[in-house]
Amino acid sequence: MTILDRQSAGGASSPELAPLDLTGVDRGQAESWLASMSLIRQFETVAEPLVMAGKIPGGMHSAIGQEATAVGVISALAEGDIVTGTHRSHHVTLAKGLPPREVMAELYGKATGSLGGRGGHMHLADVGRGHFGSNGIVGAGLGLALGAALGSSVGHRGQVAVGFFGDGAANIGRVWEYVNLAVVWQLPLVVVCENNLYAVETPYAQVTGGGDIAARARGFGLPAEKVDGQDVAAMHRAAAAAVQRARAGGGPTFIESLTYRLGGHDVGDRETYRTREEVERWRAAQDPVLRLAAAAQLAGLLSADDVAAALAAAEKAVAEAVEYAEASPFPDPGTLLTGVTATDLRIRSNP
Amino acid sequence: MSPRVTLSQAYRQGLAEEMRADPSILVYGTDLFERGGHWGQVRGLGDEFGRDRVRNAPISEAAMVAAGVGAAMNGLRPVVDLNFIDFAFGAMDEIVNQAAKVRYMWGAPMPLVIRGTNGVAGGGAQHNNSIESWFAHTPGLLVAMPSTPADTKGLIKSALRGQDPVIFLMHKLLAGLRGEVGGEEDLVPFGRGVVRRPGRDVTIATYGVTVSRSVAAAEQLAAEGVEVEVLDLRTVAPLDLELVEDSVRRTRRLVVVTEAPRHGGIGAEIAAALAESLHGELDGPVLRVGAPHVPTPHSPTLLAAATPTAEDIARAVRLAVPARAA
Ligand SMILES: Cc1ncc(C[n+]2csc(CCOP(=O)(O)OP(=O)(O)O)c2C)c(N)n1
Repeated sequence: MTILDRQSAGGASSPELAPLDLTGVDRGQAESWLASMSLIRQFETVAEPLVMAGKIPGGMHSAIGQEATAVGVISALAEGDIVTGTHRSHHVTLAKGLPPREVMAELYGKATGSLGGRGGHMHLADVGRGHFGSNGIVGAGLGLALGAALGSSVGHRGQVAVGFFGDGAANIGRVWEYVNLAVVWQLPLVVVCENNLYAVETPYAQVTGGGDIAARARGFGLPAEKVDGQDVAAMHRAAAAAVQRARAGGGPTFIESLTYRLGGHDVGDRETYRTREEVERWRAAQDPVLRLAAAAQLAGLLSADDVAAALAAAEKAVAEAVEYAEASPFPDPGTLLTGVTATDLRIRSNP
Repeated sequence: MSPRVTLSQAYRQGLAEEMRADPSILVYGTDLFERGGHWGQVRGLGDEFGRDRVRNAPISEAAMVAAGVGAAMNGLRPVVDLNFIDFAFGAMDEIVNQAAKVRYMWGAPMPLVIRGTNGVAGGGAQHNNSIESWFAHTPGLLVAMPSTPADTKGLIKSALRGQDPVIFLMHKLLAGLRGEVGGEEDLVPFGRGVVRRPGRDVTIATYGVTVSRSVAAAEQLAAEGVEVEVLDLRTVAPLDLELVEDSVRRTRRLVVVTEAPRHGGIGAEIAAALAESLHGELDGPVLRVGAPHVPTPHSPTLLAAATPTAEDIARAVRLAVPARAA
């Protein structure tokens, strides 16, 4: 069921949906969050079957359920700020403003994709737009955000960098090297852990000594808080404070987003490690898109028509993105070796 | 002979047989239970051997390998399953500076197996590295690259009875390949290659995923009157140069094929070794086929151009045997 179907079936007025505090949020803000989150939801919903159909090669990890983290955080950034993501980063990528059609074409491996087909779903990036890469290597993206923050700090560029990683990555040792260095050098970095409770099939509690990721971070001497990751307003407030601190020279902040992926780890995941009921509980009460839609209507910020219009706009944008990707050519194989290094390595080819 | 099993199942069978016989073997990695590893390579082992001997680890590659090194020094035979060998980069010190050097510096055996799936398929640059030459270039490590279920089973059994650290590389595209496997005592020794297809005109030396592509090229060339001998080296450390030399003494021509980038790879090592040892007996230059020097791209058209095919191999063989290819 698409988000538009659920909304028109009364999803956003379901009594089970957890409330959300929109105090201080204006209409424009609510409208823009909803537009961005619906776009992500629709993008993922449409892309998943395209993987099954063989249109998108190489598998895919979708971020359905985690839209509020990306949108809440990235809407607190200024133009020119930098983000890095993980293997699950369509939400970060679209929230950062990459055009959906370029992202879809990249997933297809087309020449018109944001990376000309070289990156694909797990490596989405657009350095010029401040997206320093989704990353296939768990934990690695945060290190690049650390470096971006160093560049900003030393070069007096005034940017803030945000690095996303998962609860699973919180057990990669170098993630904590990155956090420590950001503290020691007081870099303008916002560290966002998306704790969606699972790393592939492994429940986070089973592999996380001490059981508390934010508490680990506090041990490195930076402010660290847990935030409801299904509440876009709460994510935005936490991120805005962190961004302000970073920009004012106050150093890094750690945010643990308590979130949930409503879909499988990757397309084709049989999800035998969790119950249907658990997923349905989260879906009924904690769908971040519907929570925002319901709360915005309750607060009188948006009308039912506004919500329907946002969802319809997302459907249209994604349909256009698919059309664009379908119609685009594949890259010319003759360009394979272009751009490996700036220097010509003069390596010889097969006879 | 046993019924036909996939290469992943063959690995699991070999591992399970050795685990039944040797209580010091334990296996750990991420996602080894519900998925049974990303290729189902250890599916069901947790049920049979319990959570003490099959362990779920956090995503901590460095810690997994380090623990394996220390445990191997203290009486265990750990099998660290990294799923993708690409994740070994996060444990390179533990592999290269620790595991590989323990025996030489400290005189202790290092019966550690690090299993990973390697090679090129879909999924983009960071999950599709061919890095067997990195490990083979490191003194102290053994490197297996089986191309059949039978060799996979026989080699993992040898690895688990040996005393050296082994990098055990299974190719993504071969995981579902079916074939017969040997019994409990059918071990495949390290450093012993086999002739996959006999031929008198030219030798192809290869291993892993390019074995079947080389055989396909050989069949194509047979129709053109060129008889190619295809050697499957099975391990790249040790490397069975004697097998290559025996074959090339007869054929007098050699083409070396790898899926890994040609530059600085195992193919270069074999070509150089043969140029040294059989210089006067060659009827032509040793040719190499390998991947171009490029990270694995995502797009299908670029990926196809980055992957050595049977056609690329056949073209090189035609150049090596010019008279007959006319
Ligand atoms: C260094 C490394 N180890 C293992 C993997 C395989 N892998 C890909 S995603 C994943 C789980 C990551 O979990 P988490 O960090 O919680 O992110 P989530 O998938 O929940 O978004 C694993 C183990 C990898 N890509 N990189």
